[in-house]
Amino acid sequence: MQFFLDFEKPLVELRKKINELRDFSTDNVDFSGELKKLEKKAEKLRNDIFSNLTRWQRTQLARHQARPYTLDYIENIFTDFFEVHGDRNFRDDPALVCGFARFDGQPCAVIGHQKGRDTKAKVYRNFGMPNPEGYRKALRVMQMAEQFGLPIFTFVDTPGAFPGIGAEERGQAEAIARNLREMADLKVPVIVTVTGEGGSGGALAIAVGNKVMMMEYSVYAVISPEGCAAILWSDGALGPQAAEALKLTATDIDELGCVIDDIIPEPEGGAHNDPVAAAASVKEYLQKQLAELQKLSPEELVEQRYQKYRAMSRIEE
Amino acid sequence: MPWFKKSKAPIASSEKKKGQMPEGLWTKCKNCEEIIYSKEIERNLNVCPKCDYHFRVSAQERIDLVLDAGTFVEMDAEMMPVDFLNFKDSKTYKERIKAAVKKHGGGDAVKCGEGDIDGMKVVVAVFDFAFMGGSMGSVVGEKITRVIERGLELKAPVLVFSSSGGARMQESILSLMQMAKTSAALAKLKNAGLPFISVLTDPTTGGVTASFAMLGDLNIAEPRALIGFAGPRVIEQTIRQKLPEGFQRSEYLLEHGMVDMIVRRQEMKAKLSQVLKIFTKS
Ligand SMILES: [Zn+2]
Repeated sequence: MQFFLDFEKPLVELRKKINELRDFSTDNVDFSGELKKLEKKAEKLRNDIFSNLTRWQRTQLARHQARPYTLDYIENIFTDFFEVHGDRNFRDDPALVCGFARFDGQPCAVIGHQKGRDTKAKVYRNFGMPNPEGYRKALRVMQMAEQFGLPIFTFVDTPGAFPGIGAEERGQAEAIARNLREMADLKVPVIVTVTGEGGSGGALAIAVGNKVMMMEYSVYAVISPEGCAAILWSDGALGPQAAEALKLTATDIDELGCVIDDIIPEPEGGAHNDPVAAAASVKEYLQKQLAELQKLSPEELVEQRYQKYRAMSRIEE
Repeated sequence: MPWFKKSKAPIASSEKKKGQMPEGLWTKCKNCEEIIYSKEIERNLNVCPKCDYHFRVSAQERIDLVLDAGTFVEMDAEMMPVDFLNFKDSKTYKERIKAAVKKHGGGDAVKCGEGDIDGMKVVVAVFDFAFMGGSMGSVVGEKITRVIERGLELKAPVLVFSSSGGARMQESILSLMQMAKTSAALAKLKNAGLPFISVLTDPTTGGVTASFAMLGDLNIAEPRALIGFAGPRVIEQTIRQKLPEGFQRSEYLLEHGMVDMIVRRQEMKAKLSQVLKIFTKS
C-alpha cells in the first residue's frame, strides 16, 4: 500500500488525474492540450508545496515510509556487495547493515542504518534503532576496512540508538562513545551521508567522517522533535514547534558553515518519488568527495578529520 | 526560612561566606530521609553520615576535595555560550544563559584547570550540575577538548568529573558534535600513551555518557550515581515495562562491566593518587 503525507496529497490527486487522462487518450481522442495544461499545473503545485515546507514537514519527508533506505542505496550505487554479520560478542543487529562492496569498481566498506518498510520488517529492523552490538559490528567493519586500506561509506537514517534495558546493560553509551573515538582515528577516508533521520548519538556513532553530507530532505539533530518537546513542554505532540526550534534541516545545518560539506539534491518531490535518481545523485557526490580524499595520506586523513570536528563550536571568549 | 531543606546538597562552606543566611540548618537526606544537621553533612564531605548517600557538590568543592590545596589554576574561566540559533521555549536560551551566569558565574557548566594530586601534575575538568543541568554545549565541549589538549602539552594525566544531563538542546546539532570533538581529542591522548580517568558522579547521562565519560582508561563511579545513555523515563515509555531495582545505578554498571570501581568520596583522592602512581612514569 502506498503512503502519502498530508501535504503531498493534492499533488498525488492531480498526478492520478493526469495519468487517467493519459490512459484515456490512447483511444482516438486527443487530450494533449489538456494534459499539457495539467502538467504545468502539477509543476506549479509541486513548487508551491516544496518551496514552503516547514521544518516539521521536512522531518516527515525524512521519515517518509517510501523513502529509500540504506539497502536501496547499496543496490543502486555499489556492486559486489556482501553483508557481514555480528559483533563477535553478543549477536547480530539488523538495525545496522554492514558489509563490503565495490564503488566504481574500487573495493570499499559500506555501513548504514536500516529501517523496515512493512510492519514485520520494521520490527525486525527495530525501526532502525541499533543496540550496542550494532555499533560494535560497525566498528569491527570499519577497523577491517582500515586494515585493508578501504574507504568507508556510511548512510545515516535512525530515530536514535535504542533506549532499552538490554541496550543499557550491554553499554549503549560505551558502544557509541568508543565508535566516536575510534572513527576519529581511522586512517582511511570516511564519507558520511545523512539520508533520512540523523537522530542524535545513535546517528553520530557511524557519522564521524572526513566529509559529511546531508540529503536535501534529511534532518539531523541532537534530539528528536518529539523528545525535545517532551522535555521543554512536557508534551511530545508539540514536535512541530520543537522542529522549528531545533533548526534541524539540511539548509539550517549548512548555514552553520562547519558541520556539513554538501547538500545532496533530491529528485523533485523527494527521494521516494524516484529512488534510482536519488541514488544517482548521491553517487555523484560520493565520487566527488572520494576523489578529494584520495589525495590525502593516512595521517592527513586523521588530521583533516580532527580539525573538522575541532572547529565545531560557537563560543565567546 | 524552612527549618530543613529537602533533598538538596547543603551549600558549600566556601560559597556560603557571602554574608547570606544559611539556607537550612537541617537537611533531609534524599535517600534515608533522616533529618540531619547540615553542618554535619558538610563536615562529612556532603555524604550522609547515616546512609552514605552522596549529595551533589559544586565543581569548586570537588576540586577542593581531590587537588592539593592551593595548586589549582583555572583555564577558560570566562568562556561564554552563544545563542546562535535564537532558541526559544518558555524562555530564550539567552535568558537562560544570563540567569545561570548570574547565579553560578561564567565559564558554563564545567570548571577546568591544572593542579596537583599528591604532588603529581594533572589536568582536570569538573562539571557543575547546577549550571543548566551540567548540559554540554559548545563551551563545555570546547573546554573539555582544551583540557585534553593541555594534557597532551604537559604530558599529564587528564581527569574529568562528570555530572550532566547530556547534550544541551538549545545548541542542537553543535551540542551533538561536541561528543565527536571531545572523543577525537581522547584518541590523541590515548595515542600519546597518557591516562584518562573518568569519574562519573550523580547523574551522568545522555551525550556526556555516550562520549568522554565512558572512555576512561578507568571509569570510576561514586556510589549510587545514576549513569546511563537514555533516561529512565524514556526507557519506561519506550518499552512499557517497569525498570529493575537499582537500574542504571553505579552498582548496576559495575555488575555489568561498565565501570571499573565504585569509590566513596572520602576515599576518592587516595584512590586517584594510587592509580596515577601506577599509570604514570615518575
Ligand atoms: Zn541518608
